[in-house]
Amino acid sequence: MFETLSERLQAVFRSLRGQGLLSEAQVEAAFREVRLALLEADVHFRVVKQLLERVRARASGQEILKSLNPDQAVLRVVRDEMVELLGGDDVPGIQTASRPPSVVLLAGLQGSGKTTTAAKLGRWLADRGSHPLLVSTDVQRPAAREQLRTIGTRAGLKVHHPDESDAPAILRSALAEAGAVGHDVVLVDTAGRLHIDDALMEELAGLRDAAEPSEVLYVADALTGQDAVRSAEEFHRRIGITGIVLTKLDGDSRGGAALSAAAVTGRPVKFAGLGETIEALEPFEPARMVSRILGLGDVLGLIARAEETVEKEQAEELVRKIRRSEFSLEDYRDQMRQLRKLGPLDQVLSMMPGMGSLKGVDVERGEEELRRSIAIIDSMTVKERLEPSVINGSRRKRIARGSGNTVQDVNRLLRQFAQTRKLMKGLGAGPKAMKRLAARMPQLR
Amino acid sequence: MALGDRLRGGLSRTREVLTMPLEDLVRGRRPLDAAALESVEEALLAADMGLPAVEEALEVLAARSGEIASGGLPAMQAVLGDQIRSALERPDRVEPFSERPWVVFVVGVNGSGKTTTIGKLAAKWRDGGRSVLVCAADTFRAAAAEQLEVWADRAGAEFHRGAEGADPSAVLTDALRAARARGHDAVLVDTAGRLHTRTNLMAELAKMTRVADREIPGAPHETLLVLDATVGSNGLNQGREFAKAGGVNGLVLTKLDGTARGGVAVAVVRELGVPIRYVGVGEDVEDLLPFDAGAFARSLVGGE
Repeated sequence: MFETLSERLQAVFRSLRGQGLLSEAQVEAAFREVRLALLEADVHFRVVKQLLERVRARASGQEILKSLNPDQAVLRVVRDEMVELLGGDDVPGIQTASRPPSVVLLAGLQGSGKTTTAAKLGRWLADRGSHPLLVSTDVQRPAAREQLRTIGTRAGLKVHHPDESDAPAILRSALAEAGAVGHDVVLVDTAGRLHIDDALMEELAGLRDAAEPSEVLYVADALTGQDAVRSAEEFHRRIGITGIVLTKLDGDSRGGAALSAAAVTGRPVKFAGLGETIEALEPFEPARMVSRILGLGDVLGLIARAEETVEKEQAEELVRKIRRSEFSLEDYRDQMRQLRKLGPLDQVLSMMPGMGSLKGVDVERGEEELRRSIAIIDSMTVKERLEPSVINGSRRKRIARGSGNTVQDVNRLLRQFAQTRKLMKGLGAGPKAMKRLAARMPQLR
Repeated sequence: MALGDRLRGGLSRTREVLTMPLEDLVRGRRPLDAAALESVEEALLAADMGLPAVEEALEVLAARSGEIASGGLPAMQAVLGDQIRSALERPDRVEPFSERPWVVFVVGVNGSGKTTTIGKLAAKWRDGGRSVLVCAADTFRAAAAEQLEVWADRAGAEFHRGAEGADPSAVLTDALRAARARGHDAVLVDTAGRLHTRTNLMAELAKMTRVADREIPGAPHETLLVLDATVGSNGLNQGREFAKAGGVNGLVLTKLDGTARGGVAVAVVRELGVPIRYVGVGEDVEDLLPFDAGAFARSLVGGE
């Protein structure tokens, strides 16, 4: 198995750490490791070269040699340059036109995830007070338009589905509809095409000219290898993209394609697709992504996610209970459910600082444990959940039987609960209590 | 650095990327030094060959550098091409239609081209006079079944689907029973795209394999993993995980009509020990070709 980029860099810097002053040769060795790691992460070799040249220029050997923490110095420069390549520190949203409707054109290769992204982006915009209209101009792939209509409608979005059979006519119809109904944004899903398909690229340019979009987003698959450079470059040359959406980032690819595509187009990655649900789209934050790649954790992302999934009222209620030390098994269960809502455990773990290198953690067992714990609490009576002290031997047996577990499992859960409760009394209940709680769930220890 | 500048000048095909540094090396008629090997390394990496395969190629080149220096570019291409071809040539252990119905699972990550591959395969087999049933076991993606149905109609194959959101194993069971009852020669099963990191979905795939075997002992006779030629090193992870869940015994490399050369397939074949069965080179029905290791190797390294 390859090590992940973060593990690799951690190893590089570990090997440098504690050696005191370094020789030029050692710094070179570090750069070589960084190069290999980036190549393994599928960053295009040309981009790797560029990046390393810039790192080298900024971090002169002397500066690194003299610094007290040479590994930190190298790391800082590498990180800064990567952030820079990915679009800098700003968090760009969607550009709007001065006169509505603003048109957002989504383009990319077949199978990169345009249709799914269109629906997710529609949901994202709608959640922020926008009133988007979705339309698919994909008359190539069988049932592509039905796909957008189904997922869009399911997400509570308006999908325009005119009885037209060519892309420009569909687009015209959608623009007219948006004008008539008052949609402020039109999201246009286009047919997937190869960047070397001259006729189809020409057609795409025609659509762009007709739509006068305020955003042309290139949808790129995070699993892509070296070819990411060529396709992104060509799409940019032909239709002038304004930003990139990186999809399938929930997989285990190291996502070097992000760096490649952003570097050759000079356009920022704006959004990241992180799963199959309609909400699984996040504004892309270069600093976060780089931190994640480098194994520095993604605490910001975790907090953002916790805030989105944890119901506000519930959180306030919980905080109140903790203050009064009323935390019960029911609340404990709620928390476990919320933890599961944060996403698959491995994803949550990978966002935590220092967890990137935790190879040994048995994520599936963690998930299983969560499920089991929830089942045990489900098998209790309300009284038992509110007053765990009544749970005697025979109740334990009943709960174990009811939830398909052993009495030992029940005992373990009760022990964990007692510990958590104790911990929480100590914690107090500041506004961030929920987040801290999530991080301290015994299953994640 | 001159080489770097030339590469930066813009290249359209992996073949060119690969050929250029080799020519550079050979023009000098020098034994391969470290810098020369590094540029070869870069070229092979550009084809998504992956570091381990590239390192092995470099060792071979270094060991035979004398011969290459005297034989020129063709010699180097021959050495590399031979190496890649022999890595890709795997005995085909399956014999299609040796069982009836011949059950084929088509698996892969989202967007790799499973549905299109099935459409082309169905058409190919129908043209060969086989009766085919196409089963839409992708009950997750919206309109996936509709997409497949269009392909099945074009091919003249029978089509079986379940409701959206239905249990794929149940849909599969029905399809297999129908195929047996009607005496079809083959069943092509389209599965939902899934990232190989989704353990629950991978478990679902393993379950479908068990269900197929229960209905028709020995089924699925083939499990084809569809790999997108543009995929990078992640293709190897995909190969491993799908092999674990579904016993992959053949690969289909799609989207080879673009600029991507699919070098990661070399690593996947080597890791799984299964052959590449077909390559997809376009959107038309006839654009699914039997895999030719020699031709593929030549397209990676150039030359005869």
